[in-house]
Amino acid sequence: MFEVLSNEVLAENLHKMVVSAPRIAKARKAGQFVIVRLAQGEERIPLTIGDADAAAGTITLFIQAIGASTRRIVQTQPGGFIRDVAGPLGKETHITNWGRVACIGGGVGTAVLFPLVKALHEAGNQITTIIGGRSERYIILENELSPLSEEFLVTTEDGSRGFKGFVTGPLSELLADPEKAPKAVFAVGPVPMMKAVANLTREKGIETIVSLNPIMIDGTGMCGGCRVQIGNETKFACVDGPEFDAHLVDFDGLSDRLTSYRKEEATCLAAECKLGREEA
Amino acid sequence: MSNKLTAKERLAIERVHMPELPADERSRNFEEVNLGLSGDQALEEAKRCLQCKHRPCVAGCPVGVSIPEFLDALASDDLPRSVQILRGDNALPAVCGRVCPQETQCEALCVRGMKGESVGIGYLERYVADWAMNHPDRLLVDQRAQKTGKTVAVVGCGPAGLTAAGELAQKGHAVTIFEALHDTGGVLRYGIPEFRLPKEIIDREVAHLIDLGVSIECNVIIGKTLTIDELREDFDAVFVANGAGLPTMLGIPGENLKGVYAANEFLTRVNLMEAGRKEDASTPIIKRSEVAVIGGGNTAMDCVRTARRLGAERAMIVYRRSEAEMPARVEEIKHAKEEGVEFVMLTAPLEILASEDGWVRALKCQKMELGPADASGRRRPQPIEGSEFELSAGVIINAVGTNANPLLTATAPELQLNKWGNIVANENGETSIPGVFAGGDIVRGGATVILAMGDGKKAAAAIDEYLKTK
Ligand SMILES: Cc1cc2nc3c(=O)[nH]c(=O)nc-3n(C[C@H](O)[C@H](O)[C@H](O)COP(=O)(O)OP(=O)(O)OC[C@H]3O[C@@H](n4cnc5c(N)ncnc54)[C@H](O)[C@@H]3O)c2cc1C
Ligand SMILES: Cc1cc2nc3c(=O)[nH]c(=O)nc-3n(C[C@H](O)[C@H](O)[C@H](O)COP(=O)(O)OP(=O)(O)OC[C@H]3O[C@@H](n4cnc5c(N)ncnc54)[C@H](O)[C@@H]3O)c2cc1C
Ligand code: SF4
Ligand code: SF4
Ligand code: FES
Repeated sequence: MFEVLSNEVLAENLHKMVVSAPRIAKARKAGQFVIVRLAQGEERIPLTIGDADAAAGTITLFIQAIGASTRRIVQTQPGGFIRDVAGPLGKETHITNWGRVACIGGGVGTAVLFPLVKALHEAGNQITTIIGGRSERYIILENELSPLSEEFLVTTEDGSRGFKGFVTGPLSELLADPEKAPKAVFAVGPVPMMKAVANLTREKGIETIVSLNPIMIDGTGMCGGCRVQIGNETKFACVDGPEFDAHLVDFDGLSDRLTSYRKEEATCLAAECKLGREEA
Repeated sequence: MSNKLTAKERLAIERVHMPELPADERSRNFEEVNLGLSGDQALEEAKRCLQCKHRPCVAGCPVGVSIPEFLDALASDDLPRSVQILRGDNALPAVCGRVCPQETQCEALCVRGMKGESVGIGYLERYVADWAMNHPDRLLVDQRAQKTGKTVAVVGCGPAGLTAAGELAQKGHAVTIFEALHDTGGVLRYGIPEFRLPKEIIDREVAHLIDLGVSIECNVIIGKTLTIDELREDFDAVFVANGAGLPTMLGIPGENLKGVYAANEFLTRVNLMEAGRKEDASTPIIKRSEVAVIGGGNTAMDCVRTARRLGAERAMIVYRRSEAEMPARVEEIKHAKEEGVEFVMLTAPLEILASEDGWVRALKCQKMELGPADASGRRRPQPIEGSEFELSAGVIINAVGTNANPLLTATAPELQLNKWGNIVANENGETSIPGVFAGGDIVRGGATVILAMGDGKKAAAAIDEYLKTK
């Protein structure tokens, strides 16, 4: 059992939870994740370790409540427990001092990006961070990310904050600027966003790393459910990733596989809404 | 009560039939297929044993269960003694009685099998083990060993790890099992379905180990949460039994389409996560009316019979060789047929075909014929030119096998591996690192429950010796 120590709402449906998990806090590196199962009968859900405090024995999770399972996880109040937390899983991010790097986050991907920005900052990189969201309400972790970034840009689809449009707008400008062009780009967010970023940097031959989020079960390489096509090879994101060379990723295949359970998940959510109404 | 029959009287008794759920009923639920023998049936079957002095059957059992002895006690209606003999040799008899391939092991060498049918050793092992679970108050209590103060870490809670842990605890060592998943049992829980091995049996066997003082920590992935080096610092010896869980991909086009599963994923969703099996399970599973399973082993049979239970009208086995070459247990093949599973033999998959929206539509196959025998003695299948055809299917499950999972071994470079990535261990389970032992599928590649248990038992004996030198 893993105790929830705090649970804060950062934006609509986006929670920051600090959980007691001393062994994981000690072993984890940037880029790794845990698999969380709230209770008996619940799904196993992969979540990035957003931050960790080895001394306090805690890890921080940023959770976007999008489906039935994540909604139930974020309902756990401080003092409550999560039954299973396993990790740290996946490979750690390869961090060096590139000089200039750009870090792009979209939606909850921003949270996954946070430990990368922190590690890149500690390694001495000059970072341009670009955060995208549907509107102002979805821009998260601004206070945490901007002190670590040399430049911090925001885009919103409706223009309610920063640039109007997508993260690729400011990124194109950055790539075109010989003074500021990054040596490496890290992008984490919805699959279409990562794909668009990869297309922009491919032309320029800039090393680009994305963190993929396929559906997972065990997270240890046992089930093969998280497989993604990387170049000519099939890789298991949980053990070979979750970070990959963006220019080799089959993004279309990934987004297609992510819809495998859409029908089942919709039924599950509908059942829950009905239940919610009955209880109310 | 006595077991004093003449050989003639024993020979006159016919082999018992295992009572089963009717096929049409069971092929739609997850209840155990074999119902177990009644007391009278078990006693009668045990009397068929001729009590051979040279005990040929025992040589067929990888852990050397004292078969004539436990059968004699059973035939004499002395169940507590029968249990004591059986448990003395086999830590998980209720499991082995259900899943051992008896027809190629103990029962293959039974003299009664030469002219007629062998003694139903597996059925009787199951009977005695189940009786023990239901009569805890009647069991003979073995003396507890004195605590030695020595500690052993066991990696993996499958049959190899469970057996080693039980043996070591009985010798008085303090044992901790570390398991990566959130529950115990390894393949017994996430692979083998409920209708062959009810989860309750695993729970009870595990409870028995906890009674013996074994502690089990789930959600600990060795190589990630803790390293082998950390275990070596904190424990006097380590036994690695992390199994062979890494699916072998088919390597044919279309393998990443929606609706294509590796057997481990399909079975884990249903068995471990209860998808399609329990009303309130939140893990989903894709159900389709036509399901094709590629492979001919126990895993393939488990997948196809599970697919049938999830509602498939056509549940098919697609296998490259013929039925005679299938590695699955004979009973699984028989049960699958009774449940309406179709066997598409001498057929190899070429490609998985998609519908317009990216879902699986069909398996493109090729007919095969059997050529001369290969090194393994099995006749090698050869493609028949121009025999390609499409098999319509909405879900396709790849059950062709597993490889060694590198997650743990990648973080322990001093651990010697063979070219397939399996840990190199001698017959006592010793690896290239002193104090680190290994056994089960991670050493053998995919094998059987009882071979994994045999490894656990031998390694436990070797670890016990090793600890005396520490
Ligand atoms: C390595 C890794 C790290 C992750 N880190 C985080 C994190 O730090 N914070 C966070 O909030 N989420 C993270 N995710 C995504 C998170 O695991 C999914 O959002 C979650 O599994 C959805 O579960 P659900 O039951 O709530 O939603 P569901 O009801 O399962 O799904 C809702 C919708 O999302 C789609 N979907 C299903 N699974 C995924 C998935 N794995 N990724 C994206 N969409 C999915 C479904 O098709 C459906 O349309 C990560 C995923 C991976 C693989
Ligand atoms: C579907 C299926 C059906 C089968 N049917 C039969 C049958 O009928 N009869 C038969 O005799 N055999 C059968 N087998 C084979 C048999 O199940 C295996 O040979 C046996 O389970 C191997 O035991 P093991 O203890 O070596 O490993 P496993 O049972 O694989 O257990 C290994 C355990 O270690 C855990 N683990 C893995 N990595 C780590 C890590 N890094 N840290 C901590 N824990 C870890 C795993 O999660 C798992 O729980 C079947 C196999 C399958 C897949
Ligand atoms: S353990 Fe398996 S092989 Fe050994 S006697 Fe029992 S059923 Fe036969
Ligand atoms: S070989 Fe058969 S008959 Fe002989 S002792 Fe073994 S089980 Fe009994
Ligand atoms: S999640 Fe099962 S292999 Fe990656």
